[in-house]
Amino acid sequence: MKHLLSTRDLDRDTAVRILDTAEDMAATQQREVKKLPTLRGKTVVNLFLEDSTRTRISFEAAAKRLSADVINFAAKGSSVSKGESLQDTAQTLEAIGADGIVLRHWASGGPAVLARSGWIASSVVNAGDGTHEHPTQALLDAFTLRRRLHGEASRGRDLDGVSVLIVGDILHSRVARSNVWLLTTLGARVTLVGPPTLLPHGIADWPVTALHDLDAAIADTDPDAVMMLRVQRERMNEAFFPSAREYSAGWGLTVARFAALPERTVVMHPGPMNRGFEISSAAADSPRSTVLEQVANGVSVRMAALYLTLAGGAE
Amino acid sequence: MTARAVLQQADITRALTRIAHEILEQNRGIDGLVLLGIPTRGVELAERIAGLLTSFAAAENPGWTCPVGSLDVTMYRDDLGRNPVRSTAPTRLPAEGIDGKTVVLVDDVLYSGRTIRAALDALADHGRPAAVRLAVLVDRGHRELPIRPDYVGKNLPSAASERVNVRLTGTDGIEAVTIEDGGSAA
Repeated sequence: MKHLLSTRDLDRDTAVRILDTAEDMAATQQREVKKLPTLRGKTVVNLFLEDSTRTRISFEAAAKRLSADVINFAAKGSSVSKGESLQDTAQTLEAIGADGIVLRHWASGGPAVLARSGWIASSVVNAGDGTHEHPTQALLDAFTLRRRLHGEASRGRDLDGVSVLIVGDILHSRVARSNVWLLTTLGARVTLVGPPTLLPHGIADWPVTALHDLDAAIADTDPDAVMMLRVQRERMNEAFFPSAREYSAGWGLTVARFAALPERTVVMHPGPMNRGFEISSAAADSPRSTVLEQVANGVSVRMAALYLTLAGGAE
Repeated sequence: MTARAVLQQADITRALTRIAHEILEQNRGIDGLVLLGIPTRGVELAERIAGLLTSFAAAENPGWTCPVGSLDVTMYRDDLGRNPVRSTAPTRLPAEGIDGKTVVLVDDVLYSGRTIRAALDALADHGRPAAVRLAVLVDRGHRELPIRPDYVGKNLPSAASERVNVRLTGTDGIEAVTIEDGGSAA
Protein backbone atom coordinates (compact mmCIF):
# COMPACT_ATOMS: atom_id res chain seq x y z
CA MET A 1 0.00 0.00 0.00
CA LYS A 2 1.81 3.10 -1.22
CA HIS A 3 -0.77 5.70 -0.21
CA LEU A 4 -3.90 5.89 1.93
CA LEU A 5 -6.14 8.41 0.20
CA SER A 6 -9.72 7.29 0.68
CA THR A 7 -11.75 4.43 2.08
CA ARG A 8 -13.65 4.19 -1.18
CA ASP A 9 -10.55 2.58 -2.79
CA LEU A 10 -10.28 -0.11 -0.11
CA ASP A 11 -11.61 -3.60 -0.71
CA ARG A 12 -12.78 -5.74 2.19
CA ASP A 13 -9.54 -7.71 2.56
CA THR A 14 -7.37 -4.60 2.57
CA ALA A 15 -9.63 -2.90 5.11
CA VAL A 16 -9.57 -5.97 7.40
CA ARG A 17 -5.79 -6.15 7.01
CA ILE A 18 -5.42 -2.54 8.19
CA LEU A 19 -7.71 -3.22 11.17
CA ASP A 20 -5.82 -6.43 12.05
CA THR A 21 -2.49 -4.61 11.85
CA ALA A 22 -3.98 -1.95 14.14
CA GLU A 23 -4.88 -4.73 16.61
CA ASP A 24 -1.23 -5.78 16.70
CA MET A 25 -0.18 -2.14 17.10
CA ALA A 26 -2.71 -1.66 19.91
CA ALA A 27 -1.23 -4.65 21.74
CA THR A 28 2.18 -2.99 21.74
CA GLN A 29 0.63 0.09 23.35
CA GLN A 30 -0.28 -1.96 26.44
CA ARG A 31 3.37 -2.68 27.18
CA GLU A 32 5.76 -0.79 29.37
CA VAL A 33 8.02 -0.10 26.37
CA LYS A 34 5.60 1.33 23.81
CA LYS A 35 8.14 2.31 21.19
CA LEU A 36 8.86 0.04 18.23
CA PRO A 37 11.98 0.35 16.02
CA THR A 38 9.98 -0.28 12.83
CA LEU A 39 10.28 3.08 11.05
CA ARG A 40 13.68 4.06 12.39
CA GLY A 41 15.42 6.30 9.88
CA LYS A 42 12.18 7.32 8.15
CA THR A 43 10.85 10.86 8.26
CA VAL A 44 7.15 11.67 8.40
CA VAL A 45 5.95 15.20 7.73
CA ASN A 46 2.60 16.28 9.11
CA LEU A 47 1.58 18.83 6.49
CA PHE A 48 -1.52 20.45 7.92
CA LEU A 49 -2.85 23.17 5.64
CA GLU A 50 -6.00 23.37 7.75
CA ASP A 51 -6.03 23.50 11.57
CA SER A 52 -6.49 20.28 13.46
CA THR A 53 -4.80 19.69 16.76
CA ARG A 54 -6.36 16.31 17.54
CA THR A 55 -5.60 14.56 14.28
CA ARG A 56 -2.12 16.06 14.11
CA ILE A 57 -1.08 14.93 17.57
CA SER A 58 -2.57 11.50 16.94
CA PHE A 59 -0.46 11.09 13.78
CA GLU A 60 2.53 12.53 15.61
CA ALA A 61 2.17 10.03 18.47
CA ALA A 62 1.73 7.17 15.97
CA ALA A 63 4.85 8.09 14.00
CA LYS A 64 6.93 8.54 17.15
CA ARG A 65 5.82 5.17 18.60
CA LEU A 66 7.20 3.63 15.39
CA SER A 67 10.51 5.53 15.81
CA ALA A 68 10.05 7.75 12.75
CA ASP A 69 11.30 11.32 12.85
CA VAL A 70 8.39 13.74 12.76
CA ILE A 71 8.31 17.22 11.28
CA ASN A 72 5.18 19.28 11.84
CA PHE A 73 4.30 21.83 9.23
CA ALA A 74 1.33 24.15 9.73
CA ALA A 75 0.01 26.59 7.19
CA LYS A 76 -0.08 29.54 9.55
CA GLY A 77 3.09 31.60 9.45
CA SER A 78 4.66 29.34 6.82
CA SER A 79 5.61 29.74 3.20
CA VAL A 80 2.10 28.53 2.32
CA SER A 81 0.60 31.68 3.81
CA LYS A 82 2.90 33.60 1.43
CA GLY A 83 1.30 31.81 -1.50
CA GLU A 84 3.59 28.83 -2.08
CA SER A 85 1.95 26.09 -4.13
CA LEU A 86 1.34 22.54 -2.88
CA GLN A 87 3.84 21.29 -5.46
CA ASP A 88 6.63 23.56 -4.20
CA THR A 89 5.83 22.85 -0.54
CA ALA A 90 5.81 19.08 -1.06
CA GLN A 91 8.97 19.08 -3.16
CA THR A 92 10.71 21.19 -0.52
CA LEU A 93 9.68 18.74 2.18
CA GLU A 94 10.91 15.80 0.15
CA ALA A 95 14.23 17.57 -0.44
CA ILE A 96 14.51 17.81 3.34
CA GLY A 97 14.14 14.02 3.46
CA ALA A 98 10.46 13.21 3.93
CA ASP A 99 9.50 9.57 3.26
CA GLY A 100 5.84 10.06 4.06
CA ILE A 101 3.56 13.08 3.99
CA VAL A 102 0.45 13.16 6.16
CA LEU A 103 -1.68 15.78 4.46
CA ARG A 104 -4.64 17.70 5.84
CA HIS A 105 -5.92 19.92 3.07
CA TRP A 106 -8.82 22.37 2.91
CA ALA A 107 -9.65 21.32 -0.65
CA SER A 108 -11.36 18.02 -1.47
CA GLY A 109 -8.94 15.88 -3.46
CA GLY A 110 -5.76 17.65 -2.30
CA PRO A 111 -4.03 14.44 -1.13
CA ALA A 112 -5.02 12.57 -4.31
CA VAL A 113 -3.50 15.34 -6.43
CA LEU A 114 -0.28 15.19 -4.43
CA ALA A 115 -0.10 11.38 -4.65
CA ARG A 116 -0.78 11.16 -8.38
CA SER A 117 0.94 14.28 -9.66
CA GLY A 118 4.39 12.73 -9.89
CA TRP A 119 5.79 15.74 -8.01
CA ILE A 120 7.16 13.55 -5.25
CA ALA A 121 8.03 9.90 -4.58
CA SER A 122 6.86 9.96 -0.93
CA SER A 123 3.86 8.09 0.40
CA VAL A 124 0.80 10.24 1.07
CA VAL A 125 -1.69 9.64 3.86
CA ASN A 126 -4.90 11.64 3.75
CA ALA A 127 -5.58 13.25 7.13
CA GLY A 128 -8.80 14.89 5.95
CA ASP A 129 -9.50 16.79 2.73
CA GLY A 130 -12.29 19.35 2.39
CA THR A 131 -15.68 17.65 2.55
CA HIS A 132 -14.31 14.56 0.77
CA GLU A 133 -12.74 11.97 3.08
CA HIS A 134 -11.02 11.35 6.40
CA PRO A 135 -9.99 7.71 5.99
CA THR A 136 -8.08 7.17 9.26
CA GLN A 137 -11.07 8.47 11.24
CA ALA A 138 -13.37 5.95 9.55
CA LEU A 139 -10.83 3.17 10.12
CA LEU A 140 -10.59 3.99 13.82
CA ASP A 141 -14.39 4.09 14.04
CA ALA A 142 -14.63 0.66 12.39
CA PHE A 143 -11.83 -0.63 14.63
CA THR A 144 -13.58 0.65 17.75
CA LEU A 145 -16.91 -0.82 16.71
CA ARG A 146 -15.38 -4.19 15.81
CA ARG A 147 -13.68 -4.35 19.19
CA ARG A 148 -16.88 -3.50 21.04
CA LEU A 149 -18.70 -6.27 19.16
CA HIS A 150 -16.07 -9.01 19.02
CA GLY A 151 -13.52 -8.12 21.72
CA GLU A 152 -10.42 -10.33 21.69
CA ALA A 153 -11.80 -12.30 18.74
CA SER A 154 -11.80 -9.26 16.43
CA ARG A 155 -8.95 -10.27 14.13
CA GLY A 156 -10.04 -11.28 10.66
CA ARG A 157 -13.65 -10.19 11.23
CA ASP A 158 -15.66 -7.65 9.25
CA LEU A 159 -18.86 -5.84 10.29
CA ASP A 160 -21.29 -8.05 8.43
CA GLY A 161 -24.90 -7.23 9.33
CA VAL A 162 -24.01 -4.52 11.86
CA SER A 163 -26.47 -1.61 11.87
CA VAL A 164 -24.98 1.89 12.14
CA LEU A 165 -26.76 5.23 12.32
CA ILE A 166 -24.76 8.31 11.33
CA VAL A 167 -26.53 11.43 12.56
CA GLY A 168 -26.12 15.12 11.87
CA ASP A 169 -24.38 17.29 9.32
CA ILE A 170 -23.75 14.71 6.59
CA LEU A 171 -23.46 17.44 3.96
CA HIS A 172 -20.20 18.92 5.24
CA SER A 173 -18.82 15.78 6.85
CA ARG A 174 -15.81 13.96 5.42
CA VAL A 175 -16.02 11.64 8.44
CA ALA A 176 -19.49 10.55 7.33
CA ARG A 177 -18.37 9.97 3.74
CA SER A 178 -15.35 7.88 4.71
CA ASN A 179 -17.52 5.88 7.09
CA VAL A 180 -20.18 5.26 4.46
CA TRP A 181 -17.68 3.64 2.10
CA LEU A 182 -15.70 1.75 4.71
CA LEU A 183 -18.57 0.44 6.83
CA THR A 184 -20.57 -0.74 3.83
CA THR A 185 -17.48 -2.42 2.34
CA LEU A 186 -17.14 -4.25 5.66
CA GLY A 187 -20.75 -5.42 5.38
CA ALA A 188 -22.50 -2.99 7.74
CA ARG A 189 -25.92 -1.46 7.07
CA VAL A 190 -25.54 2.31 7.23
CA THR A 191 -28.39 4.75 7.75
CA LEU A 192 -27.81 8.49 7.50
CA VAL A 193 -30.06 10.80 9.52
CA GLY A 194 -30.22 14.57 9.44
CA PRO A 195 -32.32 17.56 8.51
CA PRO A 196 -33.01 17.73 4.75
CA THR A 197 -30.75 20.77 4.46
CA LEU A 198 -27.76 18.81 5.81
CA LEU A 199 -28.10 15.70 3.63
CA PRO A 200 -26.12 15.97 0.40
CA HIS A 201 -27.54 15.76 -3.10
CA GLY A 202 -26.64 12.55 -4.86
CA ILE A 203 -27.12 10.55 -1.70
CA ALA A 204 -29.47 8.29 -3.67
CA ASP A 205 -26.39 6.79 -5.35
CA TRP A 206 -24.77 5.89 -2.03
CA PRO A 207 -25.17 2.39 -0.60
CA VAL A 208 -27.15 3.75 2.36
CA THR A 209 -30.63 4.63 3.57
CA ALA A 210 -31.28 8.30 4.32
CA LEU A 211 -33.91 9.39 6.85
CA HIS A 212 -34.95 12.65 8.47
CA ASP A 213 -36.62 11.48 11.67
CA LEU A 214 -34.09 10.27 14.26
CA ASP A 215 -36.62 8.60 16.57
CA ALA A 216 -38.13 6.68 13.68
CA ALA A 217 -34.67 5.74 12.45
CA ILE A 218 -33.72 4.34 15.87
CA ALA A 219 -36.95 2.36 16.02
CA ASP A 220 -36.64 1.05 12.45
CA THR A 221 -32.97 0.15 12.24
CA ASP A 222 -32.30 -1.28 15.73
CA PRO A 223 -28.77 0.22 15.62
CA ASP A 224 -25.67 -1.42 17.06
CA ALA A 225 -24.00 1.99 17.00
CA VAL A 226 -25.11 5.59 16.78
CA MET A 227 -22.45 7.92 15.44
CA MET A 228 -23.11 11.57 16.28
CA LEU A 229 -21.37 14.10 14.05
CA ARG A 230 -20.15 17.43 15.30
CA VAL A 231 -22.24 20.35 14.10
CA GLN A 232 -20.13 23.37 13.39
CA ARG A 233 -21.82 26.29 15.06
CA GLU A 234 -21.06 28.61 12.19
CA ARG A 235 -23.47 26.55 10.08
CA MET A 236 -26.30 28.02 12.13
CA ASN A 237 -25.77 31.40 10.53
CA GLU A 238 -25.97 29.78 7.13
CA ALA A 239 -29.60 28.81 7.82
CA PHE A 240 -29.16 25.04 7.54
CA PHE A 241 -31.43 24.74 10.57
CA PRO A 242 -33.49 27.31 12.49
CA SER A 243 -31.87 27.24 15.94
CA ALA A 244 -29.57 25.23 18.17
CA ARG A 245 -32.49 24.25 20.37
CA GLU A 246 -34.49 23.01 17.42
CA TYR A 247 -31.53 21.03 16.06
CA SER A 248 -30.92 19.47 19.43
CA ALA A 249 -34.57 18.50 19.84
CA GLY A 250 -34.70 16.91 16.40
CA TRP A 251 -31.26 15.38 15.87
CA GLY A 252 -29.35 15.56 19.14
CA LEU A 253 -28.72 12.53 21.32
CA THR A 254 -30.67 13.98 24.24
CA VAL A 255 -31.00 12.36 27.66
CA ALA A 256 -34.43 10.95 26.74
CA ARG A 257 -33.31 9.65 23.37
CA PHE A 258 -30.21 8.04 24.86
CA ALA A 259 -32.37 6.34 27.50
CA ALA A 260 -34.61 4.97 24.75
CA LEU A 261 -31.77 3.38 22.77
CA PRO A 262 -31.45 -0.40 22.78
CA GLU A 263 -29.28 -1.61 25.66
CA ARG A 264 -26.44 -2.82 23.43
CA THR A 265 -26.19 0.31 21.25
CA VAL A 266 -22.85 2.10 21.54
CA VAL A 267 -22.52 5.87 21.16
CA MET A 268 -19.72 7.19 18.97
CA HIS A 269 -18.49 10.72 18.29
CA PRO A 270 -15.38 11.77 16.34
CA GLY A 271 -14.84 14.78 18.62
CA PRO A 272 -14.60 17.51 19.55
CA MET A 273 -18.09 17.31 21.07
CA ASN A 274 -20.58 20.11 21.53
CA ARG A 275 -22.07 18.87 24.79
CA GLY A 276 -25.74 19.65 25.18
CA PHE A 277 -26.05 20.31 21.47
CA GLU A 278 -25.63 17.23 19.31
CA ILE A 279 -24.87 14.99 22.31
CA SER A 280 -25.95 15.12 25.95
CA SER A 281 -23.44 14.58 28.73
CA ALA A 282 -25.48 11.57 29.88
CA ALA A 283 -24.72 9.90 26.55
CA ALA A 284 -21.15 11.16 26.19
CA ASP A 285 -20.04 10.05 29.66
CA SER A 286 -21.86 6.71 29.79
CA PRO A 287 -20.02 3.36 29.61
CA ARG A 288 -21.64 2.88 26.21
CA SER A 289 -19.84 5.92 24.85
CA THR A 290 -16.70 5.05 22.87
CA VAL A 291 -15.43 8.64 22.58
CA LEU A 292 -12.16 8.12 24.48
CA GLU A 293 -11.64 4.63 23.04
CA GLN A 294 -11.88 6.21 19.62
CA VAL A 295 -9.09 8.65 20.51
CA ALA A 296 -6.84 5.88 21.87
CA ASN A 297 -7.59 3.57 18.95
CA GLY A 298 -6.79 6.43 16.58
CA VAL A 299 -3.12 6.14 17.49
CA SER A 300 -3.11 2.37 16.80
CA VAL A 301 -4.93 2.76 13.49
CA ARG A 302 -2.56 5.53 12.39
CA MET A 303 0.43 3.38 13.36
CA ALA A 304 -1.02 0.68 11.10
CA ALA A 305 -1.52 3.19 8.26
CA LEU A 306 2.04 4.50 8.57
CA TYR A 307 3.45 0.96 8.87
CA LEU A 308 1.62 -0.32 5.80
CA THR A 309 2.45 2.71 3.64
CA LEU A 310 6.05 3.29 4.76
CA ALA A 311 7.67 0.08 6.04
CA GLY A 312 7.77 -1.99 2.85
CA GLY A 313 10.07 -1.70 -0.13
CA ALA A 314 9.03 -1.98 -3.78
CA GLU A 315 5.89 -4.08 -4.22
CA MET B 1 11.41 -28.32 -9.60
CA THR B 2 11.70 -31.50 -7.58
CA ALA B 3 10.63 -31.61 -3.95
CA ARG B 4 12.31 -34.20 -1.74
CA ALA B 5 10.76 -35.20 1.59
CA VAL B 6 13.23 -34.82 4.43
CA LEU B 7 10.98 -35.44 7.43
CA GLN B 8 7.66 -37.25 7.55
CA GLN B 9 5.01 -36.81 10.20
CA ALA B 10 6.45 -39.52 12.47
CA ASP B 11 9.95 -37.99 12.16
CA ILE B 12 8.63 -34.59 13.17
CA THR B 13 6.83 -36.03 16.18
CA ARG B 14 10.00 -37.89 17.25
CA ALA B 15 12.11 -34.74 16.79
CA LEU B 16 9.75 -32.64 18.92
CA THR B 17 9.66 -35.35 21.59
CA ARG B 18 13.45 -35.39 21.74
CA ILE B 19 13.60 -31.59 21.90
CA ALA B 20 11.13 -31.62 24.81
CA HIS B 21 13.31 -34.13 26.70
CA GLU B 22 16.43 -32.08 25.99
CA ILE B 23 14.75 -28.93 27.29
CA LEU B 24 13.81 -30.68 30.54
CA GLU B 25 17.29 -32.15 30.85
CA GLN B 26 19.15 -28.89 30.32
CA ASN B 27 16.74 -26.90 32.48
CA ARG B 28 16.88 -29.61 35.19
CA GLY B 29 13.09 -29.73 35.35
CA ILE B 30 10.30 -27.30 34.69
CA ASP B 31 11.33 -24.31 36.81
CA GLY B 32 10.77 -21.00 35.02
CA LEU B 33 10.19 -22.49 31.57
CA VAL B 34 8.27 -20.37 29.04
CA LEU B 35 7.94 -21.35 25.38
CA LEU B 36 7.42 -18.65 22.76
CA GLY B 37 6.73 -19.56 19.15
CA ILE B 38 7.56 -17.24 16.27
CA PRO B 39 4.58 -16.92 13.84
CA THR B 40 3.38 -18.65 11.87
CA ARG B 41 4.60 -22.24 12.25
CA GLY B 42 6.80 -21.64 15.27
CA VAL B 43 3.64 -21.05 17.28
CA GLU B 44 2.21 -24.45 16.44
CA LEU B 45 5.57 -26.11 17.18
CA ALA B 46 5.83 -24.28 20.53
CA GLU B 47 2.33 -25.40 21.49
CA ARG B 48 3.15 -29.01 20.65
CA ILE B 49 6.44 -28.99 22.57
CA ALA B 50 4.64 -27.35 25.52
CA GLY B 51 2.02 -30.11 25.41
CA LEU B 52 4.78 -32.74 25.49
CA LEU B 53 6.54 -30.97 28.38
CA THR B 54 3.28 -30.84 30.30
CA SER B 55 2.72 -34.58 29.90
CA PHE B 56 6.37 -35.53 30.63
CA ALA B 57 6.31 -33.45 33.83
CA ALA B 58 2.89 -34.69 34.97
CA ALA B 59 4.23 -37.47 37.21
CA GLU B 60 6.43 -35.17 39.30
CA ASN B 61 4.40 -31.98 38.87
CA PRO B 62 0.71 -32.84 38.59
CA GLY B 63 -1.43 -29.89 37.54
CA TRP B 64 1.44 -27.95 35.95
CA THR B 65 0.92 -26.71 32.40
CA CYS B 66 3.87 -25.43 30.42
CA PRO B 67 3.39 -21.68 29.74
CA VAL B 68 3.37 -21.03 26.00
CA GLY B 69 2.78 -18.00 23.80
CA SER B 70 3.67 -16.32 20.53
CA LEU B 71 6.17 -13.57 19.78
CA ASP B 72 5.73 -11.61 16.55
CA VAL B 73 9.01 -10.19 15.30
CA THR B 74 7.77 -8.45 12.14
CA MET B 75 8.17 -4.93 13.47
CA TYR B 76 11.76 -5.67 14.53
CA ARG B 77 13.03 -7.11 11.24
CA ASP B 78 16.00 -5.52 9.48
CA ASP B 79 14.74 -6.34 5.99
CA LEU B 80 11.38 -4.54 6.01
CA GLY B 81 12.45 -2.02 3.39
CA ARG B 82 13.75 -4.76 1.06
CA ASN B 83 10.43 -6.53 0.62
CA PRO B 84 6.77 -5.73 0.10
CA VAL B 85 5.23 -4.84 3.44
CA ARG B 86 4.74 -7.86 5.69
CA SER B 87 1.60 -8.56 7.66
CA THR B 88 2.03 -8.45 11.41
CA ALA B 89 0.84 -11.24 13.70
CA PRO B 90 -0.36 -11.20 17.29
CA THR B 91 2.05 -11.47 20.22
CA ARG B 92 0.58 -13.38 23.16
CA LEU B 93 2.67 -13.73 26.29
CA PRO B 94 1.70 -16.07 29.14
CA ALA B 95 0.10 -14.25 32.08
CA GLU B 96 3.18 -14.82 34.26
CA GLY B 97 5.29 -12.80 31.82
CA ILE B 98 8.93 -13.46 30.93
CA ASP B 99 10.86 -11.58 33.62
CA GLY B 100 13.34 -13.93 35.27
CA LYS B 101 12.10 -16.91 33.21
CA THR B 102 13.96 -19.26 30.91
CA VAL B 103 12.43 -18.43 27.55
CA VAL B 104 12.71 -21.03 24.80
CA LEU B 105 12.14 -19.44 21.39
CA VAL B 106 10.69 -21.89 18.86
CA ASP B 107 10.82 -21.54 15.08
CA ASP B 108 10.43 -23.89 12.16
CA VAL B 109 13.56 -23.15 10.09
CA LEU B 110 16.81 -21.52 11.20
CA TYR B 111 18.61 -19.95 8.24
CA SER B 112 20.36 -16.56 8.26
CA GLY B 113 19.58 -15.99 11.96
CA ARG B 114 18.04 -12.59 11.25
CA THR B 115 14.59 -13.61 12.45
CA ILE B 116 16.10 -14.70 15.78
CA ARG B 117 18.03 -11.42 16.01
CA ALA B 118 14.69 -9.62 15.61
CA ALA B 119 13.12 -11.94 18.19
CA LEU B 120 15.81 -11.08 20.75
CA ASP B 121 15.11 -7.38 20.24
CA ALA B 122 11.35 -7.94 20.53
CA LEU B 123 11.86 -9.97 23.69
CA ALA B 124 13.88 -7.18 25.31
CA ASP B 125 10.88 -4.84 24.90
CA HIS B 126 8.70 -7.25 26.88
CA GLY B 127 10.96 -7.93 29.81
CA ARG B 128 14.21 -9.44 31.01
CA PRO B 129 14.35 -13.23 30.90
CA ALA B 130 16.94 -15.04 33.01
CA ALA B 131 18.01 -16.95 29.89
CA VAL B 132 16.90 -17.27 26.27
CA ARG B 133 17.29 -20.56 24.37
CA LEU B 134 16.45 -21.50 20.82
CA ALA B 135 14.67 -24.57 19.48
CA VAL B 136 14.21 -25.16 15.74
CA LEU B 137 12.75 -28.00 13.77
CA VAL B 138 15.24 -27.58 10.92
CA ASP B 139 18.67 -25.93 10.86
CA ARG B 140 19.60 -25.42 7.23
CA GLY B 141 22.84 -23.50 7.80
CA HIS B 142 23.97 -20.29 6.02
CA ARG B 143 24.09 -18.18 9.19
CA GLU B 144 24.75 -14.47 8.69
CA LEU B 145 24.87 -13.63 12.39
CA PRO B 146 26.55 -15.18 15.44
CA ILE B 147 23.44 -17.13 16.48
CA ARG B 148 23.24 -20.86 17.22
CA PRO B 149 20.35 -23.14 18.21
CA ASP B 150 20.23 -25.06 21.51
CA TYR B 151 17.80 -27.72 20.30
CA VAL B 152 17.62 -28.92 16.70
CA GLY B 153 15.13 -31.36 15.20
CA LYS B 154 17.15 -31.96 12.04
CA ASN B 155 20.36 -30.54 10.64
CA LEU B 156 19.74 -30.13 6.95
CA PRO B 157 22.74 -29.03 4.86
CA SER B 158 21.29 -27.07 1.95
CA ALA B 159 22.31 -24.85 -0.93
CA ALA B 160 21.20 -21.23 -0.74
CA SER B 161 19.26 -21.76 -3.98
CA GLU B 162 17.22 -24.55 -2.42
CA ARG B 163 13.92 -24.01 -0.67
CA VAL B 164 12.96 -25.70 2.60
CA ASN B 165 9.21 -26.04 3.21
CA VAL B 166 7.75 -26.96 6.56
CA ARG B 167 4.11 -28.03 6.64
CA LEU B 168 2.32 -28.77 9.89
CA THR B 169 -1.04 -30.38 10.54
CA GLY B 170 -2.56 -27.45 12.43
CA THR B 171 -1.48 -24.79 9.92
CA ASP B 172 -1.40 -26.65 6.60
CA GLY B 173 -3.51 -29.78 7.07
CA ILE B 174 -0.60 -32.03 6.13
CA GLU B 175 2.73 -32.61 7.82
CA ALA B 176 6.15 -32.89 6.16
CA VAL B 177 9.44 -31.09 5.66
CA THR B 178 10.54 -30.96 2.05
CA ILE B 179 13.46 -29.44 0.18
CA GLU B 180 13.34 -28.40 -3.45
CA ASP B 181 15.81 -26.76 -5.78
CA GLY B 182 15.48 -23.64 -7.85
CA GLY B 183 13.29 -20.63 -7.18
CA SER B 184 14.15 -18.14 -4.52
CA ALA B 185 15.67 -19.23 -1.24
CA ALA B 186 13.27 -19.70 1.65
